[in-house]
Amino acid sequence: MATIRIPPVLRPAVGGEKELTAGGSSVGEVLRALADAHPETQSQLFAADGGLNRYVNVYLNDGDVRVLDGLDTAVGESDTLVILPAMAGGAR
Amino acid sequence: MSPSGAEVLRQIKSRIDEVDPSSVHDQLSNGAVVIDVREPEEWSTGHIPGARHVPKSYFESRIEGTVGDRSQHVILYCQSGVRSAWAARTMIEDLGYEHVESMTGGMTLWKDRGYEVEVPRSLTAEQRERYSRHLLLPEVGSEGQQKLLDAKVLLLGAGGLGSPTGLYLAAAGVGTLGIVDDDAVDLSNLQRQVIHNSQRIGVPKVDSAEETITALNPDVKVEKYPVRLGPANIMDILPGYDVVVDGLDNFPTRYLLNDASVRLQIPVVSAAILGFEGQLSVFKPYDGPCYRCLFPTPPPAELAPSCGANGVLGVLPGTMGLLQATEVIKLILGEGEPAIGRLLLYDALAATLGEVKIRRDPNCPICSRDPESISDEEMGVFPDYEAFCAGAH
Repeated sequence: MATIRIPPVLRPAVGGEKELTAGGSSVGEVLRALADAHPETQSQLFAADGGLNRYVNVYLNDGDVRVLDGLDTAVGESDTLVILPAMAGGAR
Repeated sequence: MSPSGAEVLRQIKSRIDEVDPSSVHDQLSNGAVVIDVREPEEWSTGHIPGARHVPKSYFESRIEGTVGDRSQHVILYCQSGVRSAWAARTMIEDLGYEHVESMTGGMTLWKDRGYEVEVPRSLTAEQRERYSRHLLLPEVGSEGQQKLLDAKVLLLGAGGLGSPTGLYLAAAGVGTLGIVDDDAVDLSNLQRQVIHNSQRIGVPKVDSAEETITALNPDVKVEKYPVRLGPANIMDILPGYDVVVDGLDNFPTRYLLNDASVRLQIPVVSAAILGFEGQLSVFKPYDGPCYRCLFPTPPPAELAPSCGANGVLGVLPGTMGLLQATEVIKLILGEGEPAIGRLLLYDALAATLGEVKIRRDPNCPICSRDPESISDEEMGVFPDYEAFCAGAH
């Protein structure tokens, strides 16, 4: 099971968890397993065409999966996926 | 009977290699490191152009910071060639450097031959005291301190991130600090915005920040912009600054800043915070990715909360703001590895600092093009801009 790091903005959709595990042999399978377990994340992660939303970056360990094989990038048991939407915020 | 000083010097000179000023002059651009071992007062009256300064009184403790490679070709000089001979002996026999020479006749002969002399701008006695801990660092020194004093840094906001950044950059002697902020100090700011204080509630933040900075370091000139950064003023404010520090709280301005900074080729040290977590990266146009390479489009409004609505641990902008200040100083000094092409991820609760790689997008709508071709009309615009702004209000 790969580890998934959940960003602050998505935590309400996964019951407040910061880190989850999900099965799957590719980035797409792992993220779909996450969306199946926590349906509220579906629309935040995936666009209507089934691809990743462009405002969400996903990193396999420290590499952007878009530079790798996208959702088809192979994922191993000990890998970590980092989900990273853009943050703004200086706190005025 | 012990040998006389003159006899010891003669022996030393017989054991080291000496080189004539004419030969040093010819080798200035050949990769040899030329080091002036005289005292600071002598150095300040003029030195060989491009030389580094390691006073003989601190030679053993500082030379390795200046020349790390034992096989590097090093030429030492002083005023007459005596102190440099002693220092060369130390480098070769005590410290194991392999290729060290001492210039005969020192600076006196160099000048007699009519070669060029560079007179360094010097720090005042008060500045030497104020920045003494910087001057002790080989990576800063008086040359680096002068770079800091000459630098112009623009802070976007004197809020959570801008407060610590502004305080420490002022303390470090960054000569000009521009501050863009149209807000006034509020009691709820003081949990984290440490450049302000309880007596300044209701005071414009640019004025409050200026008062604190000037009291901390009178060397710093504060340029105040009591406005909200936008398309109408960004091209008036940014030009002339060496580095921009970004702690912007909204996406439209974040994209506008990116596009303007790429067009003007000004590096941006960017940080964002939320709750207990922070992100930081250095966007140096054409050296690394830009913000659009990282995030081509902003998230929808419901996924883009501001800190005001979500809360932030007061010390977190302190941590992230000081990481920003550190990157700013590195960029000014040209030292170290700035966080270019990397996004640092700090988790305060977990006490972890991770990072992910950001690549430059060869198809980036902005930084894949010539800076001159970026027009006013397209700056700050992104797909679905209208919908985003409608959702944000």
